[in-house]
Amino acid sequence: MIKLLLSLEWKSFFRSASFGKSLGIKIFMGFMALYFIVIFLGMGLGMYFILKKAYPEQDPLVILNGFLFYWILGDLIFRFFFQKLPVMSVKPLLTLPIKKSKIVNYVLGKSGLSFFNFLPLFAIIPFGIILMTNGYPMGSVLIWMLALIIVTLSINFLNFIIESYSAQTELSFLPLIVFSGGVFALNYFDIISFTDLVGNAFNAIYNSPILIVIPILILIGLYLFNFKLLRQKLFLDSGLKEKVKEVNTSNLDWTKSFGDIAPFMQLDLKLIWRNKRTKSSVWMLVLGLLYGLFFYPQPTYQDMPWFFVFIGVFSTGIFLINFGQFIPAWDSGYYKLLMSQNIKYEQYLKSKFTLMALSVVILFVLGIPYVFFGWKILLAHFAAAIYNIGVNTHVILLGGSYNRKKINLNQKAAFNYQGTGAVQWLIGIPLLLIPMGLFALLNFLISFEIACLILGVLGIIGIIFHQKLMGLITAKYLESKYKMIDAFDQNN
Amino acid sequence: MITTSNLSKKYAGNQVLNIASLDIPRGQSFGLVGNNGAGKTTYFSLLLDLIQPTTGHIKSNNIQVNESEDWKPFTSAFIDESFLIGYLTAEEYFYFIGELRGQNKADVNKLVSQFEDFFHGEILGQKKYLRDLSKGNQKKAGIVAALIGNPEVVILDEPFANLDPTTQIRLKGIIKDLAETKGTTVLISSHDLMHVTDVCERIVVLEKGEVVKDLQTSEATLKELEAHFSN
Repeated sequence: MIKLLLSLEWKSFFRSASFGKSLGIKIFMGFMALYFIVIFLGMGLGMYFILKKAYPEQDPLVILNGFLFYWILGDLIFRFFFQKLPVMSVKPLLTLPIKKSKIVNYVLGKSGLSFFNFLPLFAIIPFGIILMTNGYPMGSVLIWMLALIIVTLSINFLNFIIESYSAQTELSFLPLIVFSGGVFALNYFDIISFTDLVGNAFNAIYNSPILIVIPILILIGLYLFNFKLLRQKLFLDSGLKEKVKEVNTSNLDWTKSFGDIAPFMQLDLKLIWRNKRTKSSVWMLVLGLLYGLFFYPQPTYQDMPWFFVFIGVFSTGIFLINFGQFIPAWDSGYYKLLMSQNIKYEQYLKSKFTLMALSVVILFVLGIPYVFFGWKILLAHFAAAIYNIGVNTHVILLGGSYNRKKINLNQKAAFNYQGTGAVQWLIGIPLLLIPMGLFALLNFLISFEIACLILGVLGIIGIIFHQKLMGLITAKYLESKYKMIDAFDQNN
Repeated sequence: MITTSNLSKKYAGNQVLNIASLDIPRGQSFGLVGNNGAGKTTYFSLLLDLIQPTTGHIKSNNIQVNESEDWKPFTSAFIDESFLIGYLTAEEYFYFIGELRGQNKADVNKLVSQFEDFFHGEILGQKKYLRDLSKGNQKKAGIVAALIGNPEVVILDEPFANLDPTTQIRLKGIIKDLAETKGTTVLISSHDLMHVTDVCERIVVLEKGEVVKDLQTSEATLKELEAHFSN
């Protein structure tokens, strides 16, 4: 049975219209994975000696156990944003003679094989071996390693529980941030010392191996809870179909001032506001806007002007990156309608452009208070904003003409919580790194002001040639019209 | 109104459509029947320039559809649910289509109000997004949206499927009215021979992509079609 389910997924991967594209992404992810493996391996090999050197008086294992709290918390947050429960289209399987428990076990089991669970092994195993060669009792070390593996798996399943609950709320990442921030604060101000608590727990397991039963029971408990959650969703009327809410309509008449692109802008605004997946990109705005606050208060970053541009492009362009990269896939569900309607392609694209450019302006204006950390920051943000409007918008629109992956906005699959994972940030890399690299180079060779000026000038050139660029982009879209229609017609 | 010449469509060497010549005059109600895979939807997709022909072309009002987009203002279609925008309410969807076709809200309201019977109180004022309507109700909304803006050519793929009997009868009335009193060229496809003979002046039977019968509808047509398809 498992073989059958595996072969289904194999086929859905290799036979999908976006196969080529996702293969490229997979390769890139492979490199990222390799990178992390090397880092973890280095950590595992070096940790013992580093700790020994830093704290010569103490037992490195005890010190490490003291840090495990931060690892657990960090892992949980990282997974929340990047790891998604494996998606599977379960609806066709429901009426077939496959036990529902089997489907759930399969999905959960598959999540256990996630890369996130293997990564810690690269650190745990070498560290454990080094411990043993340094005269630690083998049995105890093995139990300690086992405990860490069990905790990793527990985090894995805990993450899905958190995701399944938070997916129902609008600000899905807020509860987790508040919770982990709270725990961190309690710990930091020594109100409740979780570091000691977690550290002592691991020390205890190391000293009396019988205590390993406790994490095992926790893991089983989390698994069963996940099982129950997913099992409930395997009915057409619960998980697969959501309750219909009464809707409020708004006429968005203010968009009329944008002339002939008004109908498309109204449509785009409704698209963003009325679909869960797009709505999350609105909340991302808040995150992007406040992103600078993570860095600017720290004096280290004050001497790194190239970093201002990175923050500038990111915080003024977060909507651009998030929304722009899925043009025109957002409209893939009704692409045939648009293509047979009486519309000008250029208007359709111009509406998207206007929306993105507006978002950059608004985000820049909201970000003006950053001037508090220095006028250079504001100047760099201003240059970055102009660059975003003039260059990045056009680049991302052009990139969209290669888009072949359908986004199913109407889908309410039980196993699809947020729909996007690490992949959605990939496209942001060139958009961020190119201006940053260019700026860093000019800043190094000439001066900060000239670097800002050149970035701004590039943006202005883009704005001046906007009409021409849009003409080229439109031609590109028209060229791939039939391919897009065909790809958007497929369901995977 | 619509002239098809030497039209063929091949997928990886497989011929799915091959029509040497087919003329549909203005104001005709034209029915396309055939078993699954006969090429009905392919023909409509070619007519809407959603796919490219392998050879030949279709001219609509003397405009070659795969070369110019000038046929779009006078043509409208409802092929399947992918013509609906799921996150709009029915009214918003009608206004959006209206706006694309140069109709203001008052025009759209006037047109849509004629179909209150057809909607059976389940479409307008529902405060529901189209994606939350039932298949049948989605279809009703899609069909009416295809009538916004006085199109000269209306293309409906399987309009009767998924509709309840009452609505089917009302839809037949609507289609007949379009062709007879408004001079609209209506193209429909259907698996239901009875409905098609009721509504269409002319019926073309497709088989494996080729035209095998071209009938002016008369008393005997239904019998003839039934005989054809029972072999």
